[in-house]
Amino acid sequence: MLAFAMAVFTREQVHAVARLANLELDETEIELFARQLGDILAYADEVQKVDTSGIPPTASVLTRYPADRADQIRPSLSPQEALANAPDPAPDSQAKSGALFRVPRVIG
Amino acid sequence: MNPPETVRDIRDTVRGRSRSASEVCRIALDRLDAVEPSLHAFNTITRERAIARAAEIDGAFDRWRDRPLVGVPIALKDNLCTKGVRTTASSRMLETYVPPYDATVVSKLDAAGAIVIGKTNCDEFSMGSSNENSAFGPVHNPWALDRIPGGTSGGSAATVAAAITPLALGSDTGGSIRQPAAMCGVVGLKPTYGRVSRYGLIAFGSSLDQIGPLTRTVHDAALTLGVIAGADEADATSVPEAVPDFAAALTGDIRGARVGVPARLIEQGVDPEVAGAFEASLATLVSRGATLVDMDLPHARYATAVYYLVATAEASSNLARYDGVRYGYRDEGGRDSLHTMYARTRERGFGPEVKRRIMLGTYVLSAGYYEAYYLKAQQVRTLILRDYERAFEHVDVVAMPTSPTPAFKLGERVADPLQMYLADVFTVSANLAGLPAISVPCGFTRGQLPIGLQLTGRRFDETTLLRIADAYERDTDWWKQAPAL
Repeated sequence: MLAFAMAVFTREQVHAVARLANLELDETEIELFARQLGDILAYADEVQKVDTSGIPPTASVLTRYPADRADQIRPSLSPQEALANAPDPAPDSQAKSGALFRVPRVIG
Repeated sequence: MNPPETVRDIRDTVRGRSRSASEVCRIALDRLDAVEPSLHAFNTITRERAIARAAEIDGAFDRWRDRPLVGVPIALKDNLCTKGVRTTASSRMLETYVPPYDATVVSKLDAAGAIVIGKTNCDEFSMGSSNENSAFGPVHNPWALDRIPGGTSGGSAATVAAAITPLALGSDTGGSIRQPAAMCGVVGLKPTYGRVSRYGLIAFGSSLDQIGPLTRTVHDAALTLGVIAGADEADATSVPEAVPDFAAALTGDIRGARVGVPARLIEQGVDPEVAGAFEASLATLVSRGATLVDMDLPHARYATAVYYLVATAEASSNLARYDGVRYGYRDEGGRDSLHTMYARTRERGFGPEVKRRIMLGTYVLSAGYYEAYYLKAQQVRTLILRDYERAFEHVDVVAMPTSPTPAFKLGERVADPLQMYLADVFTVSANLAGLPAISVPCGFTRGQLPIGLQLTGRRFDETTLLRIADAYERDTDWWKQAPAL
């Protein structure tokens, strides 16, 4: 059995999780989430009371799946449609390889 | 006063040409204009498209006459993608998102002759129990404007309750169709997981999400399910199970039906007026020839904890796609580096509850905690599923109140997310087990707030579930009542 008396969430833990989740939280949120996530996890710790030895996990309730389909090329979105909602689409003329999504600098 | 019109009423008058689709559409839009300022049930109103569509049906009526929903005005929860119509999931992140495709259910409703008048308000990314997490402000309950409509399909429930349209689609991950249906006094059906294609539904918890109808009557829910059900190659989790004529199975005959009552699960924390209405609804079922069976779902008391571990884990993964690159909001402050852009976009684009759940889900999936939380929750999920399988050897449906309380006041639980989560105690286990479940109106509190009866059925046996719910409805007139709005 694991010990779960410490469902308290520290500010450092909130920071670490926010980094994993790609969220830039502000100071108020860090305080608030430390408390609220601690409360929620303390409640969720109820599941530790259940004896689950030998019980398989359920990731999906499906017991039958449709057959795989043939791998054929079919019509899909045009580059224009795919780019229509992009915050910063690169115009066709600037890109030799066709339309692109533009993002800020990644390195250097 | 006559009860508000049902899907069947409207369809039959259009089919019989006593009213045109255009006339019915205009009535729905007029009603919307009259009550929307009080309700705030819609994020987008598709007035011109609806009028054009009605005219198209009237103009080629022979082609449309026999379609199952010909001329019926409907509303769609704003997490269902509509080609060319803004679809926001009630999030700043998707405030200007215009999908390039229709959800499968939307195409099916179109082909059935329905007319979409708008997209309904909901909790942001379907996370919440009160509709107060919408980035665009809450929906008000048509029965009491200072109260929540329930969530997350609150706008859809309010739309049907206020008789704007007789049908709205919602989605249900932990009770998001059934709980608002109960709190607004309408019928809400969550089909079996896999029964309805999720293609074009903005994902929250992919092993739990299911689309379903909110209507005034069980018949209308059955009719709609027949339209939207079926395998879809665009959704690999939709199941090629035969789709029966659900409406034809509503015979009113439930003699010998066995209704399971998990008394131990519902003996605590239920509002006395809800408990009273629930007891009375069981007596009605018995008077129709059903038998009550005392039963236990020993692991269902852990369902809320399991749900908030599994659903948040799936949400943290699903919502990773909102990064300011391909669609949606991008924060311009993060121009210097890709990582800053991601983090600021997500910080500003998501509301507090969505961030809270992404954080919780990320944590329970992270190294060192995965086994203790996520895996453990999935194991308990197996035990909950087995409880139901065992129960269905002896009963045909399981009866519970839909919600332990009637609609609470706006703002009452906002500061305490855990209290909010506990509102889902009776609804989440059907999602964890993938079972069909329905909420039907079963009474009112002294303060005229609606109460819902929830019935849960066997996997892919919506027929039995709907037959029992319909038989109950035949002996009651709760569903005929409408708020004074």
